[in-house]
Amino acid sequence: MTASPVPAPHPTPLLDRHEALGAKIVDFAGWLMPIQYAGILEEHRATRNAAGLFDLSHMGELVVEGPEAGVALAAALVTDPPSLAIGRAHYSMICAEDGGILDDLIVYRLADERFMVVANAGNARVVSDALAARLEKFKAVLDDRSLATGLVAVQGPRSLDVLGPLTDLDLAAIHYYGIAEGTVAGVAALVARTGYTGEDGFEVFVETRHVGQVWDVMLGAGRPHGLVPVGLGARDTLRLEAGMPLYGNELDRRTNPYEAALGRVVKLGKRGPFVGREALEKVARDGTTRRLVGLVLRERGIARHGYPVLVGGAPAGVVTSGTMSPTLGAPIAMAYVPTAHAEPGTMLAVEIRGTPVAAEVVPLPFYKRPA
Amino acid sequence: MVPVDLRYTKEHEWVRLDGDEAVVGITAFAADQLGDVVFVELPAVGRALAQHATFGVVESVKAVSDLFTPLGGEVVAINDALAGQPELVNSDPYAGGWMLRLKVADAAQVDGLLDAAAYEQLTSEG
Repeated sequence: MTASPVPAPHPTPLLDRHEALGAKIVDFAGWLMPIQYAGILEEHRATRNAAGLFDLSHMGELVVEGPEAGVALAAALVTDPPSLAIGRAHYSMICAEDGGILDDLIVYRLADERFMVVANAGNARVVSDALAARLEKFKAVLDDRSLATGLVAVQGPRSLDVLGPLTDLDLAAIHYYGIAEGTVAGVAALVARTGYTGEDGFEVFVETRHVGQVWDVMLGAGRPHGLVPVGLGARDTLRLEAGMPLYGNELDRRTNPYEAALGRVVKLGKRGPFVGREALEKVARDGTTRRLVGLVLRERGIARHGYPVLVGGAPAGVVTSGTMSPTLGAPIAMAYVPTAHAEPGTMLAVEIRGTPVAAEVVPLPFYKRPA
Repeated sequence: MVPVDLRYTKEHEWVRLDGDEAVVGITAFAADQLGDVVFVELPAVGRALAQHATFGVVESVKAVSDLFTPLGGEVVAINDALAGQPELVNSDPYAGGWMLRLKVADAAQVDGLLDAAAYEQLTSEG
């Protein structure tokens, strides 16, 4: 009578710093991570109005290198990495043969024959194993750098002011979804203009042994700009307002990119086979019976993950994420609903503790940063 | 330090006796554990509640928690201010963040509740 062993969660390399800052720590995707410091609302607003500092050291960094690295990734993922210029990135997904999503990813082209794939912490092992198998017949090797890499992000309108003085890079020259190699706080770093908040910002990849120093310097330099440390709680409300999917909520193995309203990511026009192509071509041709939409509740209540969506009073869909939007001051949600009821303006209902609450389909994102 | 004139439950509600009525809310410890409160759902006035029955929910940004009444009785008032200012539960849990006023059905039920010292010990044990 022994329970199957659950591996002990892996502490983020910044755990002692989070604890010293008074963070509440949770086990997230097998990692001990900060969920909040001063409070989710305060951290959310600081990121929208000034800047937030995020520890993302739990994310998976997979480096793919070799003469066929690009074509190998094109055969493994739904996007076309060889089309990326060096120093540029795109949002991608890795699917199973049946078109189900194994993970959503960002693919960065670091050099002609070198790419970095960033995977969600909870899927890093699945992605690493799938990529290793899919790369086998190509001249490309996979190096899982997840544990050797620390990742700190600064997000918010003051991001450039915070990071600029700490780096030798010309940050203004890095495009949105661009990446450059330089130094931050005196250590070698990859600096990418990417994020998961709906704000401008930068993600700084460094060797794990340097991430504490980088965190300390960025936090210290950022404080005068209004920067605060931000935990996973506000990261979730920020990404939800920005209409960005979270694997495990909006995306999973039983969901294809078209249902998730991410069909534009799938490059069916690229040459050659890729895993999931036949299934995804069929979905693109036939359409889907359900679709991910944004909802705003028009009565009091908060829709949460798993709550039923009602059409004409009968259960017909499900809420994937929901919260009280700190920026909009209204309850927002994302949900899968029948495609016939997915048009913005459609009135549906969410069942909250047995009571139907009116909800309107709205376009995503809920929040777009001022130009 | 928790207010000494209140009684408490293990589920972190407090109750203040006021003649044959009682005022109910959640403790500062509970509010802090929940984080920023963004929504409070309370029962209709006139509803009869048994002791320890669920009387509503409190939602923070992340979590939904049930609320349990420390005493049985009829709801004679609810704090309407929480509809527009749920953050009062965090900022002023023992006064402005009150939730229910009850007409107490059986005053003897109070004897089964924790006093301030016992509640303080409970929360300090984590």
